Amino acid sequence: MSKEWPLYEVFIRSKNGLSHRHAGSVHAADPEMALEAARDVYTRRQEGVSLWVVPSTEIIASDPGDQEMLFKPAKDKIYRHPTFYNIPKEVKHL
Amino acid sequence: MYTTNLNFDKNKKESGKVEALEGGPEAEAFQAKLDQDLMVEPKDWMPEAYRKTLIRQISQHAHSEVVGMLPEGNWISRAPTLKRKAILLAKVQDEGGHGLYLYSAVETLGVSRDEVVALLLNGTAKYSTIFNYPTLNWADIGAIGWLVDGAAIMNQIPLQRCSYGPYARAMVRVCKEESFHQRQGYEIMLAMANGNAAQKEMAQDALNRWWWPSLMMFGPPDDNSPNSAQSMAWKIKRFSNDELRQKFIDVTVPQADVLGLKIPDPDLKWNKKTSHYDIGEIDWDEFYQVVKGNGVCNRDRLRARNDAHQNGQWVRDAAMAYDEKRRKRAA
Repeated sequence: MSKEWPLYEVFIRSKNGLSHRHAGSVHAADPEMALEAARDVYTRRQEGVSLWVVPSTEIIASDPGDQEMLFKPAKDKIYRHPTFYNIPKEVKHL
Repeated sequence: MYTTNLNFDKNKKESGKVEALEGGPEAEAFQAKLDQDLMVEPKDWMPEAYRKTLIRQISQHAHSEVVGMLPEGNWISRAPTLKRKAILLAKVQDEGGHGLYLYSAVETLGVSRDEVVALLLNGTAKYSTIFNYPTLNWADIGAIGWLVDGAAIMNQIPLQRCSYGPYARAMVRVCKEESFHQRQGYEIMLAMANGNAAQKEMAQDALNRWWWPSLMMFGPPDDNSPNSAQSMAWKIKRFSNDELRQKFIDVTVPQADVLGLKIPDPDLKWNKKTSHYDIGEIDWDEFYQVVKGNGVCNRDRLRARNDAHQNGQWVRDAAMAYDEKRRKRAA
């Protein structure tokens, strides 16, 4: 079997003012073809105004096994939220 | 469209038995996630059997979308008007797109596109039995949109809440697009049912041929669906085959009345007690014959897919070689 076309992840900006969001992936021989395929596969109904394609192998992802180590330390730092602080009612605009 | 949830594993589990999860803290976290209706995402720990079940189900679902392009593609060049032709082209393109969303989802489970496609081409992987029936007249395109896509929608709506994130997200996109498919099909039926006597007869003939195979799309009856219990426990499947089939029948029968067409089932009647329609016996022998490869079009479909794959090989190779050459020059 000959070589499989590389995989590209597809990100779509649905309209200006919003960030690009992951939509799925396509196989393509080169980046231009990846853009064209992403356009055909993921925007048949005007789902976007801008596309990004990124070779899947270039994405560096956190390990789900590290989830606790990475994200749990933030859980007990409730003083990072404004609701942590008791302010008298008569104080306005704070 | 939708794949019949078929499981033809050599080491088939006992009917209704839920597989014990591998022990350990990961397994507990996995089960806790499912119990809270949280999603499983790629690279999260999952039992090997869960992963395998998903690979099989999602890839077969993808194959169904792709093979499903064939019976309808058959009529693109012969659509009766330019409007119908443009609509059918868009619909068939959607089916190809659905296949690609699903291949994209299955690849997150650690298999390559080539691997799963190879299983389709060599006949190992299944796809929905419905696509092994021929499209004989234009009304068949109406019947497929109305009934086959209708049945697919019934199946796919609960899959939007299935426990595996990428599959659920693919289903959200698919369901959004599928509604157009069903409505355009019903409109074709409406036009033909309200046309001249010959056209109405074609519509009735299409309904006669597609009704029972559409009911079979939901898969074998619950008491003969050995892997359903496990899929339910894993929250891949939310309703049983028979529940979904009954829902489909209940919404579709009144739609046939509006068309003035007759459902080809002399035993069909409203059951006041259950508030559902009762139907006659489904010919499961026919279903299993088609599953085994003995449907009218099984061989044609596989040949068409293999031809397309082989005839496109030089294009894929050339595109890859061109990219490699360009990279070398740039380096």
